[in-house]
Amino acid sequence: MMKKSKKAALLSALFMGLGQISNKRIVKGILFAAIEVYVLIIGIPYFMFSFWGLTTLGETPQYFVNGMAYGDHSIRLLMNGILAIIILIVFIGIYVANIIDAYKTARAMEEGKYSYKKKKFLDKIDGAFPKIVLAPAVIACLFLVAFPLICSFAIAFTNYSSPYHIPPKTLINWVGFDNFKDLFTMDMWRGTFIPVVIWTVIWGVVCTGLTYSCGLFLAIITNSKLIKFKKLWRSILVLPMAMPGFISLLIFRLAFNGMGPINKLLTNMGFEKVSWLTDPTIAKVVLIAVNLWLSCAGTMVFMSGILASISPDLYEAASVDGATETQKFRKITLPLVLYSTAPILVMNLAGSFSNFGVIYLLTDGGPANPNYQYAGSTDILLSWVYKMTMNVNQYSMAASISILIFIFIAIVAIFNLKRTRSFKEEDMIG
Amino acid sequence: MKTKNHFFRKILAYFIILTSCLLVMIPIIWIVLASFSSGNSLYSEGGTLTKPSLIHYKELLSTTNFGLWYFNTFKIATINMILSVFLSMGSAYVFSRFRFKGRKLALSTTMIMQLFPSIMGMIAIYLLLQMIGLLDTHMGLILVYAGGQIPFNTWLVKGYLDSIPRSLDEAAKMDGARNITIFSKVIIPIAKPIITYLALTNFIAPWMDFMLPQLVLRSPHKKTLAIALYSMVAGQQNTEFTSFAAGAVMVALPITLLFVYLQKYIVVGLSSGASKS
Repeated sequence: MMKKSKKAALLSALFMGLGQISNKRIVKGILFAAIEVYVLIIGIPYFMFSFWGLTTLGETPQYFVNGMAYGDHSIRLLMNGILAIIILIVFIGIYVANIIDAYKTARAMEEGKYSYKKKKFLDKIDGAFPKIVLAPAVIACLFLVAFPLICSFAIAFTNYSSPYHIPPKTLINWVGFDNFKDLFTMDMWRGTFIPVVIWTVIWGVVCTGLTYSCGLFLAIITNSKLIKFKKLWRSILVLPMAMPGFISLLIFRLAFNGMGPINKLLTNMGFEKVSWLTDPTIAKVVLIAVNLWLSCAGTMVFMSGILASISPDLYEAASVDGATETQKFRKITLPLVLYSTAPILVMNLAGSFSNFGVIYLLTDGGPANPNYQYAGSTDILLSWVYKMTMNVNQYSMAASISILIFIFIAIVAIFNLKRTRSFKEEDMIG
Repeated sequence: MKTKNHFFRKILAYFIILTSCLLVMIPIIWIVLASFSSGNSLYSEGGTLTKPSLIHYKELLSTTNFGLWYFNTFKIATINMILSVFLSMGSAYVFSRFRFKGRKLALSTTMIMQLFPSIMGMIAIYLLLQMIGLLDTHMGLILVYAGGQIPFNTWLVKGYLDSIPRSLDEAAKMDGARNITIFSKVIIPIAKPIITYLALTNFIAPWMDFMLPQLVLRSPHKKTLAIALYSMVAGQQNTEFTSFAAGAVMVALPITLLFVYLQKYIVVGLSSGASKS
């Protein structure tokens, strides 16, 4: 005779809930069965429609009959299709769980371990505590983070862009890797992509490097014995971090304006006006300087913490040996700080490639560059993506570039994670 | 020789510190003075100091919807703060203390999700909100804020909770405490610094962000302060400059004070964020 556990698993595989019922877990069994009935009745036409929509992205563009709109809306079909896949995966998960549950319960009964005792309601709830707490976060994440990201990911492989492929008036199609191919081969796209990538890299490296070194420098000075009123200086220097960033940026936008106070001051002193934000090169320098103003404070606070964790004994020993201040900095401070901040430095670098708030608020990517497609002279990749999404409806290209940015950041992050682990094993700073 | 060297160092250190402080203070002083000036131009006149005027504040409050925008932002920020703390604390606790199937997978998925540039999902978020009818509502904006922050916040708080010794909750478990009791009576009191940090950052975020409101909100009376202030400056003619200055002071002052008041928690959050990797 077939073992009870195998029978239960088989029954559940045949129709959800049957195994549970044969295990005399009637309520659970009926619940599982109800889910399957529901999916079979409502689900099949829905899934058929969704997969048709996802593969074809619609067949008839919108048309009007007596003022009523008919036809397929490609993007809705796309999103609906992805949603259907997610639901299907969840259903398959429930199906597998149902089989495992039937098997395990029957197995426990065979071995005589299973004793069905009525738990107190509160204890039952408490046993499910992790699930109950996690559920809202998982659902919110699924719908508000994962789902939009998957949709955007899919859009990168379509031709969703103005002027010819904007639903509901027109349909969109799957185009495979064409967007990526265009980006690297079509002059119109490549002519923008390459210079923007170069500026993005310069922006990221220079900003991170400057912020890091200036932050460290200020932290050392505000912590040194040379100066008095340390608290006062520190509270002033920390202000840019405490102030809302976008307000500081808008203030700078006004200050560097062609007719703004800085130029006014220059002309009053007898100098020429400087086109701070309208000359491409000067604008880039201004952007980096303003970014330094904004982010230096945070690094300073962070570095102060690191400096405080270095044991003063090291410096005392060095002093006894007759080391100068410069030597102490080069041989003690710098290696230890670099050592413990290297992973953060790398993550800051990755983050600064996507930090476009400064650029968007200060120059809006400008000044305009006639050689670029939809980008200005100071646009970095992500602000270019933002413009293509918000202003000119080049969704598919914007999504393709986002994927490239993501791949880059992900590689850096994984590399970093691996290095950090090996760092930790050495455990140099206690 | 040595004392001379020391003296030079001292001068240099003071010089650097004073220059940096000056560079930090000048833009701030400029905007504060401009908000109290009586004129309307971009450059603050010398007259501001002798006869300060509140005219721009009055103007801002009477001719624009500033009060309403302020209330909108405050409402969104408060609800976002509560939702975010609630969602992230729970999930971080579960990830930190419970071992279950798929835990590693879920953790690395959240790690990857927070690496995506946030604007990447924007097109889809817009379409999603449109489909469920939450476009141009505060509800939609709050949901996107609170949901979008879960992956990052979970990692942040988990890093902090991991550093709390497990022996504490195990001892409570021995005494027969339920999970919910351990969570609320043992973990939450110890985790207060990180909760404060979480609440602070999620409260401040909607005051600073202009990208999502620009995407989600259309009606003028639903605006948040960030878009309102941005549109005062971004226009071609900067005639509203002084109104912007007054508005900037009214927004920046409470946020800055809040930040300074809760400073020590920020350091906690920064170092917890650092240890998560």
